[in-house]
This record gives sequence, C-alpha cells and structure tokens, in this order.
Amino acid sequence: MTRDKLRIGFIPLADAAALIVAADGGFAAAEGLEIELVREVSWSNIRDKLNIGIFDAAHLIAPVAIASSLGLGHVKVPIVAPFCLGLNGNAITVSPGLHAAIAGAADGDIVDPMVSARALARVVASRKAKREGPLTFGMTFPFSTHNYHLRFWMAAGGVDPDEDVRLVVLPPPYMVESLANKHVDGFCVGAPWNSVAVDLGIGFILHFVSEILTRAAEKVLGVRNGWAQQNPDLLQRLVRAHRRAAAHVEDVANRDAVTAMLAAPNRIGVAPEVLRRTLDGRMKVAPDGTTRISERYLLVGRHGAARPDPAQAAWLYAQMVRWGQAPLSAELLGAAKAVFRPDLFDAALADRDSQSVGEPADGIGAFSGPAFDADDIGGHLAGWEIKRPYQG
Amino acid sequence: MDASLKIVIVDKNPIRAAILGDGLREAGHVQVVHIDETAHLLARVYALDPDVILIDLENPSRDVLEQMFQVSRAVKRPVAMFVDQSDAASIEAAVDAGVSAYIVGGLRKDRVKNILDLCISRFNAFARLQSELDRTRSALEERKVIDRAKGILMKVKSLSEESAYALLRKTAMNENKKIVEVAQSVITAAELFK
Repeated sequence: MTRDKLRIGFIPLADAAALIVAADGGFAAAEGLEIELVREVSWSNIRDKLNIGIFDAAHLIAPVAIASSLGLGHVKVPIVAPFCLGLNGNAITVSPGLHAAIAGAADGDIVDPMVSARALARVVASRKAKREGPLTFGMTFPFSTHNYHLRFWMAAGGVDPDEDVRLVVLPPPYMVESLANKHVDGFCVGAPWNSVAVDLGIGFILHFVSEILTRAAEKVLGVRNGWAQQNPDLLQRLVRAHRRAAAHVEDVANRDAVTAMLAAPNRIGVAPEVLRRTLDGRMKVAPDGTTRISERYLLVGRHGAARPDPAQAAWLYAQMVRWGQAPLSAELLGAAKAVFRPDLFDAALADRDSQSVGEPADGIGAFSGPAFDADDIGGHLAGWEIKRPYQG
Repeated sequence: MDASLKIVIVDKNPIRAAILGDGLREAGHVQVVHIDETAHLLARVYALDPDVILIDLENPSRDVLEQMFQVSRAVKRPVAMFVDQSDAASIEAAVDAGVSAYIVGGLRKDRVKNILDLCISRFNAFARLQSELDRTRSALEERKVIDRAKGILMKVKSLSEESAYALLRKTAMNENKKIVEVAQSVITAAELFK
C-alpha cells in the first residue's frame, strides 16, 4: 500500500507525545499516512517552515499559531489547529537563592501561587530598596504560553513583568545552564527541563502551571488554513491518528512503551524516567527529593484536553492585548478564536471525546481574578491593574 | 554595495561564518562582525547596534533574536525580518539555504537584497562543500575497508591483489551488493574465525 507522506516539524518536548506516538506507534500508518518527523531547534524555524510549506503540519506553541494567523510580529499566514497536543505541562522553576528569598518573604504556604506571587513582590521591593538589579526570568518566545504564564502569575501578586523584573527569551535547552550560571533567577518552560534543573540540584519547581490555570492550551497541531482546505481527507486521517495516539499515551498500561518511544535519541532524547514523571504528574520539585503530585500536570487527551477550545484561543489573545503585543478588536478576537477548530476535531472520529465534566465553567480556571469571558476581552482586561498599552 | 551598513553574523560554525564574512567584505562591506558565542546574545547585538543580522537556522538562539520585535524599554531600534508578504520568495530561498536575516526597521529593502542574496549563495556553497567533504571522507573509509578485505583474502586464499579484488567484485555482483559491503562481511568473518 502506498502511503501519503507528510512532513511534520517538532521541538523535543514532552508535549509532542501524541505526535511522536502517532508517527512512530503505527497510528499514522493505520490511516495510510507516513509521517516524517523533523526535529527543530527554534519556534522561529517551525513557524517559517510551516508558513512556506516545507512542513505540512507542526507541533506549535499555541500563541505562535494565533500570532501567525493575526500577522503579529511576522508574515501573516492563517493557521488552523484541529487538535490540541496538550493542556498545561509547564512549570515555573527558580534558583535555590530565589526560592529561599520567596519562602522567607511569604505569609503562608508558597505552594499557593497567590502566596508565592505576593512574596515575589516583597522580594522585588527589597531588592529595589537595596539597589540590586532586577530579577531575570527566562521564557521561550515572545508569543509563548511561558511568557504569559509567568506574567499572569507575578502580576497577580503585584509584580509588573515589564517594570519590576526582566523577562528574556531563552531556548529551552539553554534554560538549565542559564540558571546554573546565574544568568537567570528562574524560568517557565515545559518538560523535561524543569526536572533536569531539579535533578542537577540547581533549581526548585515553584509551581506547575496547572496550579495557576486549571486549563491552559499549550501546544497544538497546526496546519496552514489553505492546506486544510485543500486536503480535507488527509487532515481528517491525521487528526484521527492523533486522537487514537493521545488515547494510547493516556492509558497508563502503555506508559513504559510510550516513554521508551518518546525517549529515543532522534525524538525527545532524554531518560524515559524523566518523561514518565511528566506523564504521571509525579514530579520531583526540590533537589532533596520532595515530590508533588498533580493529576493535571500535563493533559495529553484526558479531560477533553485534545479538543481545541476557542475560549483558550481567546484567552491567549487576551494576554497579547494585556501585554501590548496586539490591539484589541472584535475582528482580531474572532480571527484568534477561529484558529482553534473543534469542528475539524469532531469530524475526524465519531465517538465523542471524554467530556470535560467538572472542568471550570469559563474554560480556563485561573487562580486569580474574575472568571474569563471569551466574548468580552475588554471588560475582562479592565479588571486587571497591571497591563501595557499596545504600541503598534 | 553599501559600506555604511553594519552586519552581524551569528553562526557557531567558524568556517561558514568566515566564508560569508569574506564574501561580504569582497562585496565592499567593511563593517562585518561575527558572533560565535550565544550567551548574552541580545546584549551583544544591542551593543553592536547592527543594521542587518544574519543567523544560521541550526542555532536555537534564533528565538532570542525574535525578542527584538517586542517593543520594550531595552530596545534601541525595532528590528523586523522580511515581514512584507511580497518577500515570500526571499524567505523561502533563505530558509532553504539554512539562514535567516533580520533587518533593521526603516532600512530600504533594495539596500539589503544583495546582502541576503550573497548570504544565500554562500550558505549554499558551504553546504555543497560540506557534502563533498562528507562524500570524500566516506570514499576514503570505503577504500580502507576494501584494502583490509583484500589483504585477508590474499593471505587466507593465497591470491594476488588483483584476484582478491576481482573475487570481491564478482561476489558483490552475484549478491547484488556493494563491494564495500562484501568487504565488510569478509572482515567480520575473519574476526569471527580468529
């Protein structure tokens, strides 16, 4: 049987799991697809290669899919996301020094992100009083969930992410090294890099992003809108392969086989044990071996995670507006929501995905602030004191 | 060409950077700086204050440069890659060659078009050189394997060098394999019989 060939770019991160298992675990082949996975080193490369057609699809950080569709910061190329590769999965890691400072300034248990954010504000104020330089935090890309998650957390405690600290882009493989040599005091990144820092004894995982936002769209399977329209059948088979692969990843009985597949040198290329911790949501958070367990650490398919939710796209667009990256308009909001395509997800497979019973009503479930309203970004943002005007 | 433009090359490969730098200097660009270390990349770039930045696509620090798009108090001048839709062909040729260009906002496109073209052709030339080198290297390796296999056959079967090679070639043809594959099997077998 001849198979239809697809070339798909990815970054070696745990949330590429459904894509890697679809390609290497036989799910794509069952749909008559042959996926060539191309490992990339930067989101810029992934974006450009998807835009110009070198890739048919890509493991995309969700805000990049939206920025590309809105023409923010780069060429405007409409992208659609028929499948969400993961919800949550990021964590905020800080140096031992900053961890001690936050713990020292806290008026409660710093496992509570509001307690830790307020403590961070006190640390920032005390550094200012002593005329010490601003704390520096690493994140992965200007249009990244990591950027927005860090900002959302610290701003809730009264820290202005543009005025009080410095946020710098760092490629994930350089995060750990930068924390070790004190170029940064903390970072927000996906698995496995937080665990790598903890294992080396140079970082403490302060928060899972799932503690800050109950549901946060992280990576999507992105294709060009034009490609989706020209290849409806291919797309449907691709999404079906992903839905079955995600179910396979989520089945704990398959965990050893799945982590071995993901750990391959030409895929994620880290120890299977580290990936297992991530998928199990059983994370070592401190160098002394303290473990924190979260059922929601990374959701690959359960709790309806794989079905793209336009409210998530609206939330990400709202962060772009809040931090001055995008102007506020009904047209742009509509375009952002249209990137996430639950209809394409539903069309691929008749059986309904696990319903999101007991999930937050606003689709987000943030630890702080008013409930999110995907239809009224302006009203929602009015409730936040710390924000930036759009500067064109 | 435009001698007044300051060009920064971010590339961890010193040979490729040298090839590109030479090309730019030959074309009359005197202000060409190579950055091979990516720690504090943004600070270095700001300190140099270039008009054009060229970076290879194997470099994860490309995402760091993307931060220059973001207007913040740290930025002296906003920088944009070819954001114009009409430049799709340029972007494509550059990505294909494995390089990306960042151009300071406000700079006229025709002033940098030839820099990008030169960059693409030098990157492509480097890739050709690299693959020729790889081919030469593997050809050398293959010759070593065949020579060893010939030596084994000459000793074990008391053959002349010519007959030993002829035997390898005949076996390869009969088994529809490459000579080097048969030679490798001879070496493996000889080691097993040791």
